[in-house]
Amino acid sequence: MLNEHAPIIQMKNIEKHFGAVIALAGVSLEVMPGECHCLLGDNGAGKSTFIKTMSGVHKPTKGEIHFEGKPLSFNRPRDAISAGIATVYQDLAMIPLMSVSRNFFMGNEPLKRVGGINFFDHKLANEITMAEMKKMGINLRGPDQAVGTLSGGERQTVAIARAVHFGAKVLILDEPTSALGVRQTANVLATVDRVRKKGIAVVFITHNVRHALAVGDRFTVLNRGLTLGTSQRGMITPEELQDLMAGGQELATLEGSLGGTV
Amino acid sequence: MSDTAVDERTKQISKFRQSLIRPELGAIVGAVLIFAFFLMIAGDSGMFSPEGINNWTTVSAQFAIIAVGACLLMIAGEFDLSVGSMIGFAGIVVALLSVHLGWPVWMAIIATFVLCMGIGALSGWLVVKTGLPSFIVTLAFLYILRGLTIWIAIITTRKTIIGGVRDVAEGDWLASLFGGVVFEGLFQWLGDVGVLATFTRGTRIGQPTVSGVPMLVIWAIVLIIFGHVLLTKTRFGNWIFAAGGDAQSALYTGVPVNRVKILMFMFTAFCATVFALCQVMEFGSAAADRGVLKEFEAIICVVIGGALLTGGYGSVIGAALGALIFGVVQQGLFFSGAESSLFRVFLGVILLFAVILNTYIRRMITGEK
Repeated sequence: MLNEHAPIIQMKNIEKHFGAVIALAGVSLEVMPGECHCLLGDNGAGKSTFIKTMSGVHKPTKGEIHFEGKPLSFNRPRDAISAGIATVYQDLAMIPLMSVSRNFFMGNEPLKRVGGINFFDHKLANEITMAEMKKMGINLRGPDQAVGTLSGGERQTVAIARAVHFGAKVLILDEPTSALGVRQTANVLATVDRVRKKGIAVVFITHNVRHALAVGDRFTVLNRGLTLGTSQRGMITPEELQDLMAGGQELATLEGSLGGTV
Repeated sequence: MSDTAVDERTKQISKFRQSLIRPELGAIVGAVLIFAFFLMIAGDSGMFSPEGINNWTTVSAQFAIIAVGACLLMIAGEFDLSVGSMIGFAGIVVALLSVHLGWPVWMAIIATFVLCMGIGALSGWLVVKTGLPSFIVTLAFLYILRGLTIWIAIITTRKTIIGGVRDVAEGDWLASLFGGVVFEGLFQWLGDVGVLATFTRGTRIGQPTVSGVPMLVIWAIVLIIFGHVLLTKTRFGNWIFAAGGDAQSALYTGVPVNRVKILMFMFTAFCATVFALCQVMEFGSAAADRGVLKEFEAIICVVIGGALLTGGYGSVIGAALGALIFGVVQQGLFFSGAESSLFRVFLGVILLFAVILNTYIRRMITGEK
C-alpha cells in the first residue's frame, strides 16, 4: 500500500567525513509519506550524523538528497525547515524558562499590527497553543505555564505538535524516548502514531528495539557508518534487529551469559 | 491515555496567587519595604518633600537608564562590563567634538551615538564570533575604553576634564533633549497655588524650588516603556528570551540569535551614551573618570529586578524597580544622616535578600529543580 506513493525524501549513498574520520560511508534511505521509518543503531553508528545531513546541519561529503522527487541541497537548518523537514532534538526541543505559548511560536511568532507597529499577537498564540495541546492530550494550566513545569514526555509532545502545526512534511525525532519513563514513552509513541496518520513521514531514531517495533512501519539499521538493510514490519523479529544493531557476534555471547535479557 | 481529565497531581492555583507570582515580585516587595523603612526613619528629614523626591527620583532615573540596557542584554544571555567606561568615553567624545573641534553640538551628539553604538556592535560581534564569554570580552573593553578616554583627553587638551559644554550647547535643539527640565509651566502654577514651596529670597524669588521634571527622568521613563513593550509585546522580545534561554534551541527554530545579541550590545551602548549626555549637559563638562563602577550598579538593579544572571528570564519593570530601590537607598541614607559607608552594607544585604527571594519565585514559575 505504501509503495504506491513516491518517497517524500530519498537519501542516496550519503557519505560524511570529518577530517580523517568517516562517519558515514554510504547510507541510503527513503521515507514514504505517512510511514514511520525507524532508524536504529548503537551509539557511534552514525545515526546523529545522518539525520543532521537530512536536517541541514551538516552538508554531506558525497551523495544526493531528493526531496519530493527533486534534488536538494541544504546550507542551513533553516533551509530544511522551510522545505518542510522538521527535527525534534532530544534535549533541545524547548526552552524551559519560557512559557509553552512562547516556545510554541518561537521563530514563527504571529503578528498583529497596531498603529503601524507589529506586535506579537499573544491572544492568537495562546488560543492556538491551548487548542493544539488539547489535541495532543496535554492539559495546560494556562498558555503562560513555563515549559520547565512539563514532564520530559510532554515537552517532546509539545515540540512534535509545534513541528506539525508549522507544516512539517517530514518529522525527524532524535531519540525522543531515550530519557523517558514507561508512561511518558507510551504518550510519545501515541503522538507519533497520531502524526503518521495525518500523512506526515516520521523518521524515528532510537536504539530501543521495543520502542521501534511499537510504532515502526519499516526499520533501517545503521552500523559503523553503513546501512545493514531495511526491513518491513512483520518481516523481522526483535532478536534479529538487536543482532543487526550490535553487529551480531558479541551480543550473541553476551546474551548467552545474561540469559537473553538484553 | 486520558484526554481531557485534569491531572490529579497539579494543584489548582488561585488567580490571585497566579497574578502575584511574577518575575518582578521580589522587586515590588523590596520597593515597598524600602519606602516603609525610610518613611519611618527619615520621614521628617525632607526626603519626602518635593525637593527630596526630586533628588532621589533623579538618582534612580540615572540607574534606570543603564539598567534597561543591561536588563535586555542579560535576558539575551550576555553581560556588558564596559558600560561605565562607555559613559566616560561618550562624555569626553561629545565634549571634544563640540568644544575642542567646534562642531555643532547636535552633530557631535549624533557622531557620539554612532561611534558608541559601533563599539557596542564590535564587542557583540566579537562575543558571537569567538564564542568567548561576554564577561571577558567586555572586561577587555572596560580597560580599552577607559584608557582611550584618558589618553585622547590628555593628548588633545592636556586635561582629563573638558568644560565649556554648557556654553556651546546653549540653544542647540538636540542638546536640549538631554539637559534641563520640562513641564516648567505646570510646576510654576503648582508653586503659585501653594502646592509646591517657592523661593522667598534671592534671584529666583517666587519660582518653585523644584522647577520641573528633569529630562533625565523623561529618558528613564521612555526607555523603561520602550524596553518593556519590546520585551513582552513583540516578536523581537520573544527572540531576546529565546537567545538567552537556550541559544542552540533558538537557532534550530530559526531565531537569528547572533543578530539579537549584537543589537542588544548596541542598545546597551545607546543607554550608556544617553546617561553620559545627560550628565555632561547637567554638569556642563565631561570628565574622563565618569561612570566608574556603573556597569555593576546596572547589573545589581537588573538582578534585584528578578532577572536570571545566565539569561532567558527577567523583566524591565523589575529592573526599573531595582533602580528605584538603589536610588532611594543611596539618597535615603544620606537624608537620614547615616554613615555613608553603611550604604554599601545596606546595598549588599538588599542584593542578597532580593536574589534569594527571586530564586524562589523563579523556581515556582519555571519548575526548576
